[in-house]
Amino acid sequence: MSLVKLDQVHKYYGDFHVLKGIDLDIKAGEVVSIIGKSGSGKSTLLRCINGLEEYQQGGISVDDKEVTSEDIQVRRLALSVGMIFQNFNLFPHLTVGENIMLAPTIVLKKSKAEAQTIAKAMLEKVGLGDKFGSYPEKLSGGQQQRVAIARALAMNPKVLLCDEITSALDPELVGDVLKVLEQLAKEGMTLVLVTHEMNFARDVGDRVVFMHQGKVWEEGNSKKLLSDPETEELKQFIGAVL
Amino acid sequence: MLNFSDLLPYTDVFLGGLATTLQLTLLTTVLGVIVGTLCASIRQYGNKPSQRAVAAYVELIRNTPFIVQLFFIFFGLPSIGLLLTPWQASVIALTINLGAYSTEIIRAGLSNIPKGQWEAAKVLGMNFRQTLVRVVFTPAFEKIYPALTSQCIIVMLGSAVLSQISVQDLTYAANLVQSRNFRAFESYVVTALMYLGLAMLMRYIFGLIGKRVFAFREAS
Repeated sequence: MSLVKLDQVHKYYGDFHVLKGIDLDIKAGEVVSIIGKSGSGKSTLLRCINGLEEYQQGGISVDDKEVTSEDIQVRRLALSVGMIFQNFNLFPHLTVGENIMLAPTIVLKKSKAEAQTIAKAMLEKVGLGDKFGSYPEKLSGGQQQRVAIARALAMNPKVLLCDEITSALDPELVGDVLKVLEQLAKEGMTLVLVTHEMNFARDVGDRVVFMHQGKVWEEGNSKKLLSDPETEELKQFIGAVL
Repeated sequence: MLNFSDLLPYTDVFLGGLATTLQLTLLTTVLGVIVGTLCASIRQYGNKPSQRAVAAYVELIRNTPFIVQLFFIFFGLPSIGLLLTPWQASVIALTINLGAYSTEIIRAGLSNIPKGQWEAAKVLGMNFRQTLVRVVFTPAFEKIYPALTSQCIIVMLGSAVLSQISVQDLTYAANLVQSRNFRAFESYVVTALMYLGLAMLMRYIFGLIGKRVFAFREAS
C-alpha cells in the first residue's frame, strides 16, 4: 500500500523542463533518499509532494488524496505531510516551546495544555527537553534543526519530507540531527530525504532514488545501489561525493 | 528683558494645550499605525487593484503638504456636506497622514520576512491570516521599529499646525499667551521645550514597548 504516489509528474519553470515524467511509489514506513547533482530536480520533486511547488502534468497523491498547490489543499495536506527545511525556518520571535505549540493550537485546535504536553514530549524525543523556554537564536544550528523536527512531529504527520536538512550545519552538528532521523526511521516513520549524506542513505535508508536531468535515472535498494551502481552517471556521482 | 514669570498666570492654558496635543497624539498614533498595518498588508499581499489603490493613497498623502490635507478636510469637505469639528478633522487628518507614511515603513518590514517563514507556516497547515498575525508581524515590526517610532514623533510635532483650525493644542496655547502678554520669546521657548519633552517621552515609551514585544532579541 503506497503512501506517496507520483505518476508521470512533469514540471516546468517557464520553458525549463525540471521534472520529466517522475514515477515514484513510497510505502508507509519506508526511508527513501533522493540523491543527485544540484539542478537535477530533487528538491523540486520533494516540494511538489506537499504542494509547495505546482506541477503541470501527471498526478501526485499522498494517503490517497490528490496533491495540488491550491492553498487550501496544501493546508489539508499539512496534516499528513511534515516538512523540514535546510534553513530550519523556526519562528524567531517564539520560544522553542511556542514554535512547536503554535500549529497544534491554531490549526489542530488543541488546548494549550495538550499542545504543551505534546511539545515537551517531542522535545524530549529530539534530545532537547531542557530548551523549551529558549529562543531559537540562542541555539546551535543542529539544535535548531532538531527543534524544527520536533515542530513537524507535533502535527503527527504520516510522512516527513527533509530538504537537505543537514546541508546548512557545521560538520560536527550533523550527527545529532541524523541520529534523530535514524530513531524516527526505527519507529516506523516514513521519511523522504533529499540528502548528500551517502552514509546515512546507505545505512539507514531503505531505498535510494538517483535523479539526473529531471528524471529518476536509477533507483533501488540503498545498499545495493550505492555499492553497485548500474548507470555511468550514478557511478560518476558516487565517485564525486565519496 | 526676558521675563518668564509673566507666563505663570497662563500655566493652565499651557497645560490644557499640552493635554490636547497628548490626547491627539495618543489616539492618532494608535489609529495611524493600524491604518498603516492594514494598508501595508494590502500593498504587499493584496490583489493588483487594491495594491494600486493603496499606492495611490500613499503617494497622494506623501506628496502634498499636511496643512493642505488638513484644510481640505476641515474647510473643503463641508462643501460636499461633510461638516467636521476641528477635533474630528484633526484626528482624521493626522491618522490619514501617519497611515500613509507608516504604510511604506511597515511594508519594508513585511517584505523583509524570508520566504521560508511563510513556507514553514504553510506546511504546518496555517492559513494566510494566521501566518501574517502569528508569524510575520512581530519580526517585521522589529525590523522597522526605530523608523516607525520616528515617524510617529514627526506626526506629533506636525500636529502643531492644528492650531490653524483652532484646535486648542500646545501651539495654540503659545500663540494665545504671547498675544496676551507679548512675551513671544518666552512663550515659544517654553512651548518648544514642551514639544522636546513630549518627543523624548514618546521615544522612551516606544522603547519600553519595544523591549517587551521584541524581548526575543535580548533574551539570554
